[in-house]
Amino acid sequence: MTLSVRLRHQLPGFALDVDFEAPPGLTVLFGRSGSGKTTIINAVAGLMRPDTGRIAVDGRVLCDEGVWLPPHRRRLGYVFQEARLFPHLTVRQNLLYGRFFARRAGARLDDVVEMLGIGALLDRRPGALSGGERQRVAIGRALLAAPEMILADEPLAALDEARKAEILPYFERLRDEAKIPILYVSHSPVEVARLATTVVVLQDGRVARQGRAAEVLSDPSVTPAGVRGAGAMLEARVVRHHDDGLTELDAGGVPLFLPRVGQQAGEVLRVRVAASEVILSREAPQGLSALNILPGTVEAIRSGDGPGALVSLRTPAGRILARVTRRSADRLGLREGVTAYAVVKSVAIAPQDVGGA
Amino acid sequence: MSWLSPEEWQAVALSLRVAVWATVVALPLGLFTAYALARWSFPGKQFVNGLVHLPLILPPVVTGYLLLMTFGTRTPVGAFLAEWGIVFAFRWTGAALAAGIMAFPLMVRAMRLSIEAVDPKLEEAAATLGASRVWVFVTVTLPLVLPGVLAGSVLAFAKAMGEFGATITFVSNIPGQTQTLPSAIYAFLQVPGGESSALRLVVVSVVVAMGALLASEWLARRVQRRMS
Repeated sequence: MTLSVRLRHQLPGFALDVDFEAPPGLTVLFGRSGSGKTTIINAVAGLMRPDTGRIAVDGRVLCDEGVWLPPHRRRLGYVFQEARLFPHLTVRQNLLYGRFFARRAGARLDDVVEMLGIGALLDRRPGALSGGERQRVAIGRALLAAPEMILADEPLAALDEARKAEILPYFERLRDEAKIPILYVSHSPVEVARLATTVVVLQDGRVARQGRAAEVLSDPSVTPAGVRGAGAMLEARVVRHHDDGLTELDAGGVPLFLPRVGQQAGEVLRVRVAASEVILSREAPQGLSALNILPGTVEAIRSGDGPGALVSLRTPAGRILARVTRRSADRLGLREGVTAYAVVKSVAIAPQDVGGA
Repeated sequence: MSWLSPEEWQAVALSLRVAVWATVVALPLGLFTAYALARWSFPGKQFVNGLVHLPLILPPVVTGYLLLMTFGTRTPVGAFLAEWGIVFAFRWTGAALAAGIMAFPLMVRAMRLSIEAVDPKLEEAAATLGASRVWVFVTVTLPLVLPGVLAGSVLAFAKAMGEFGATITFVSNIPGQTQTLPSAIYAFLQVPGGESSALRLVVVSVVVAMGALLASEWLARRVQRRMS
């Protein structure tokens, strides 16, 4: 099931003109605030009518010249930034709300309740829930409406860090278990690295780049979250947990050591490596405390307006982004094709940077 | 009701009938109008808003006279309705019409405020979950505005019970036909020795008004508690 979106819309200050496809999996619309992400997702949901455009799920046209399907007939489950639960209904009634109208088989209530861990909340009212609980119920409510696709508009943005860490895994499970395509709006590089199978980068109302998450995130020319938010994403397999609290992973033959992760040996993880946490060396480093050293070849260097430069390095583990000063890049003689080593401290990889693939 | 004379009782019963009918008929119209004013933008919205509020601002006698000019038996509208068996002039139905029109702005104001307090984002969420506009209204908007609907209805009921100026102008003061509670009180005060009857009816007015108010407060609190 593929969502295809092509639309133009005049917004105050800038024009939105986008054309992209969201294949099965989780597609993140990635861009900074005000880049038109929410407008696009609202147009897909039918809450906003674009000036012109065509939106279709596979062959089913939602919006086109002379065609306008109202939101209630689009069969899309929408998870909003604020949970938007109905305050006069219990959690159970909220969850079952969409199913009443769907008139087709969808996910089972018991399965969804179990997946989201909200069994104890069913008889409560939304007013008595925490922010994280509310958002979990909102996910369940969207899922139980038997949608052909899930839309999520910055569903974690209103939550604090702890609650974000609580909800992120549920979106991973949604992506991996529910097998429903998801269109997810975010400006957070961490969420993109953890969740995205496909990334659509929006800049100034246009699609700057779209493609597989690993490719887009390691492209130094595309930094929608700013160079400070840049960071590549590696896939690695858990080898074993060591007694000293570290977990050993294998990324394309290169060993990686991370603070202990929850996954079992054999499982494949996504690891986000923030560009600002990567040190580059021309020679194999000796006598260094950092445990992770990835040999590679410089693929591209992008100098910024300031003192920094973003270097992409092709390693056996995948592409790595490093943010270094232009001065260091000159001193090391970094240019395309030269050999370099990426050095990453284990403790520089935070728990929220690691998630299931 | 032995302490009320048959004449007094007749006035009370008539007033209750008039107020109930006025409220019940005005309720769906008022809700629709309040919703339209709160949520839709349409040409002439300010005009409709003004029209709804007119009875609140005009002298009731003027409203009553306008009703007489519109629905009197010898007017085109009155004659047309009479062919269908609907007569307002000098009937209790006319008293109900006058009471309903006078109560309408109060009802609409209370309902409009509570509809505006409902977050449209909740209605959007309901729509994305498959609810058509009618279903969104029935399952989300209406339950959330219920306290306001109750408050508006009680206000309208109380106003309809006490309506005097427009009623007496439109349908006069015919015992058993159009002599509502306030008209009866007024009539009793015009005759020597009528004070005790008037006083008894005043007590009834106060009791009915207080009772309605308390009932609505109690209902609204129950609704509110269910939601929080």
